[in-house]
Amino acid sequence: MYLTKEEEKILDGEKGEVLERMFRLLVRLGDIYGADKMIPVGSVQVAGVSYKSIGDPGTEFLEDMASKGAKVKVLTYLNPAGMDLENWKDFDFPEDFAKNQLRIMNAFKKMGIVVTSTCTPYLAGNLPRFREHIAWSESSAVSFSNSVIGARTNREGGPSALAAALCGVTPNYGLHLWENRQPTIKIKVDADLVFNSDFGALGYYVGKQVKNKIPYFTGIKKADTDQLKSLGAAMAASGAVALYHVEGLTPEADLVEKEGLETISVGKKEIRETYDNLNSGKKPDIVILGCPHSSLREISRLAEKLEGKHLKKPIWICTSRMIKEAAIRMGYDEIITKAGGSIVADTCMVVSPIEKMGYKITGVNSGKAANYLPGFCKQEVVFANIDDLVEEML
Amino acid sequence: MKGRTISPGKAEGEAIVSPEPIGFYGGIDIKTGIVIEKNHPLEGKKIAGKILVFPCGKGSTVGSYVIYGLKKNGVAPAGIINRETETIVATGVILAGIPCVDQIDIDKIKTGDRIFLDADKGMIEIKH
Repeated sequence: MYLTKEEEKILDGEKGEVLERMFRLLVRLGDIYGADKMIPVGSVQVAGVSYKSIGDPGTEFLEDMASKGAKVKVLTYLNPAGMDLENWKDFDFPEDFAKNQLRIMNAFKKMGIVVTSTCTPYLAGNLPRFREHIAWSESSAVSFSNSVIGARTNREGGPSALAAALCGVTPNYGLHLWENRQPTIKIKVDADLVFNSDFGALGYYVGKQVKNKIPYFTGIKKADTDQLKSLGAAMAASGAVALYHVEGLTPEADLVEKEGLETISVGKKEIRETYDNLNSGKKPDIVILGCPHSSLREISRLAEKLEGKHLKKPIWICTSRMIKEAAIRMGYDEIITKAGGSIVADTCMVVSPIEKMGYKITGVNSGKAANYLPGFCKQEVVFANIDDLVEEML
Repeated sequence: MKGRTISPGKAEGEAIVSPEPIGFYGGIDIKTGIVIEKNHPLEGKKIAGKILVFPCGKGSTVGSYVIYGLKKNGVAPAGIINRETETIVATGVILAGIPCVDQIDIDKIKTGDRIFLDADKGMIEIKH
């Protein structure tokens, strides 16, 4: 790989031990994947934030870096943490878990990373532009930024994203290159997609079929950003889809080469079967919405449904701290809380220790959450649209 | 044999060879360096101080942090040799500073062989 004189100096240790090690990581990854050079990144999103995911080794690694004075060079956001960072006591998150989680957050903050903790950074102040090179980690955020915004990122691991943040560059390979952003399979959709969960089911089904290919969708007549968020998140979870195109809706769809591709058809039958396959439980102990983190629009819709109602069992809706602040200002938080629900910020059900909090069956409207909850949190899952889930809890 | 440097450094030790990929997260105990994955060919074996030879990594990206943790706890392998090092292992060995070389025909190495690993040059030598 070509390195500038400045970059050679980093590798020779002239800019300190931390930068040398992190830059070496980027160079090696670039060599493995055939990058020709480093390219500057506009922003970074770092995964590996929850204590549940990274444990003591990750925590100690981050503290060690922070203590050696490492500082990020570009706007850097974080993936969800293992708990609500301010109201964790109210939600009964375990005390020792909280202590370790806060150590992790402090280490990140010391490095100049914005302690945001969200899988939807683009809704919370980290918004890349079309064709901007970025280094993001969380798989649904990677999918959204590549597909819906048209920014360019590979799916980074926690340490490689952190390295990009500290060095301000990433190796030029994979989805940073236009030739690698072309669709490799066509998906013909013939189904009425109404609820966000319908898009989650479609995404789950397609992800299973196409694995790490780049799908080009036809037949999706309309979809708002919340629904595209659900679609991409599910495909990234059940498969490894980091980029997709939707005819008429996403910015690169008109520009890419889509002739002569193998085609898969998805109809009402496949969507219905996916709902059935994802359901392993009957009556949820808790409903958790906001995977990926909710937009203000999704929270306002839940508030509408809960106004003046009383829940028998809890509903959580997960989001970023920024969106929660707006929900408080708009009175949605009060409506949801009065009904017996909660807006939970900074975390999500996949990375928080819900299995240790007494819950066994979780209701979700997210294909991604339905994919991960059985394994990561030992939950049985009720996968349904938001209307049916709310009805179930009243 | 000549391969590719993944992480620089030199190491010498006894080879422990896994014919199967290794997932460090959930696969190796971070405190003892013992393989704990059920039904893994190396289950119950200790990798600390050995030259660990396996085809490639697998599983969660948190594996990188586990490799780093093994080193911090003093139970990391002295060196790693792979057929193909993917990003999880590459990230881990670079962060931990464990010498590592890939693109090696690992079928030629047997558990118990004495190995000299010069990762600076991407070379390995089997001493019989």
